[in-house]
Amino acid sequence: MAHYDLACPIDETQVRQLRVNDSVSLSGTLFGIRDATQIHMFDRGRKTRFDLSGQAVIHTAPNVKKVEKTPEHPAGYAPVCIGTTTSDRMERFTRPLMQQHGVRLIIGKGGLREDSLKSFQDLGGAYLAIIGGTAALETTWIEAIEDVDLDDLNPESLWRFRVRAFGPLLVAMDSHGQSLYSRVQTNARSRRAEVLRKLGVR
Amino acid sequence: MKVDLQQVEEAAKELYIRALKLLPPDVKQGFDALAQRETDAGAKRMLGTMIRNIAVAEDSDNLLCQDTGIPVYNVWIGRGVEMDGVSGVALKEAIRRGCARSTREYSFRSSIVHPTTRVNEQNSTGRGIPVINIDFAEEETLVIEMIPKGSGSENNSWLRMAIPAEGVDAIKTFVVDCVLEAGGKTCPPTIVGVGVGGTADLCMHLAKVAATRPLGSRCEDAEGAKLERELSEAVNLLGVGPQGLGGDSTCFAVHVETAATHITMNPVAVNMQCHSARRARATFRPTGVEYGY
Repeated sequence: MAHYDLACPIDETQVRQLRVNDSVSLSGTLFGIRDATQIHMFDRGRKTRFDLSGQAVIHTAPNVKKVEKTPEHPAGYAPVCIGTTTSDRMERFTRPLMQQHGVRLIIGKGGLREDSLKSFQDLGGAYLAIIGGTAALETTWIEAIEDVDLDDLNPESLWRFRVRAFGPLLVAMDSHGQSLYSRVQTNARSRRAEVLRKLGVR
Repeated sequence: MKVDLQQVEEAAKELYIRALKLLPPDVKQGFDALAQRETDAGAKRMLGTMIRNIAVAEDSDNLLCQDTGIPVYNVWIGRGVEMDGVSGVALKEAIRRGCARSTREYSFRSSIVHPTTRVNEQNSTGRGIPVINIDFAEEETLVIEMIPKGSGSENNSWLRMAIPAEGVDAIKTFVVDCVLEAGGKTCPPTIVGVGVGGTADLCMHLAKVAATRPLGSRCEDAEGAKLERELSEAVNLLGVGPQGLGGDSTCFAVHVETAATHITMNPVAVNMQCHSARRARATFRPTGVEYGY
């Protein structure tokens, strides 16, 4: 259960060091991505001007405020409340995100499924769990919204955040075929029969 | 007491932002109770972070969660409340205006889009949204409750039209299976809302009422209350835990609401509320408006 302080871009060796139950804190660049962002990127052929190679993305659609462009708010947006959404809906985008854009880390809540786990194994990636619903705290780890692309999809734009000590995040799916979500699900399902028996179900 | 539409609009606006920032005391107590009982070290840490987030939101006057939800307003028109020429339609319009103003004036995220074009009007309203439920009450008050219903939990909603021959066993099994299916997607610990009986739509509505009821409240139907006790204990034996990462704290409680049903029917519905179980309430009296939970 090691802790890693990482700044993206990172390479395959770095991501393959990570094992489930390790923790990670990120500093530097973090990209925000969501359902509509990826539907437009992968189903409708939209291109982004951002280079996502070796980067971390977080499943989010932040609350932001439009402000004057200043050095503090270079994109003309001030962060209001930035949190994390349920990852499961975006399962089918993991592989193209990694294959076509070279993304290495996905941050989200609730976990991803088998194909994502296989993608992490095949291509070198990991899923870092954040505690969903703790956005007020998460916002304090965001230094600035540096840039934004595909902003017609607001709030589901492609955001570039600058973060500091973002975490600790839990490595919940690694590149060695391990998923904490699968472990918990297998364990919970193994208890089903006993729980139903206690409820008097025949 | 006369209904003042301007006051209703202001309250609808204030309630949305209050709900997004302040977690009700019963939910805070629910966190403390879970944290005390939790035996898994990782789960205990996660509950601690969730509790810390509530304090950070209060201290920094920020939203608890980024998801501003689907706005739901529940209205109870009490005895002696005079609409005095004000139509019910105008009352609903005032709530809708307050909801839209809240989004614009407090600059929070509009999470509402058209279901097929996905166009976001950036004001938290749209066709049929906010949801406005109007009912009547005995008390001499007008009450408006606001619930920003988060989508992570709402996306995990189920209805099963079981049959009489399957009995109560079908209800219990369905609830357990829904909790397993939801895993970490609903942001556990949750309030598991269960609707039992009625028609298909009433059953689903009862599940929502159950999921958004204050912690510590009980189903008024003794049979429903019995199910609540049994299921609350059972669900927390599954080991799904906070965020679906393991532990005892899968739910704060299972809440049940019941309605009579048809001789051929045995419907059961599940709707969940995430750990950010937000709600706010305005009570209108002749002396003024009082805000609470």
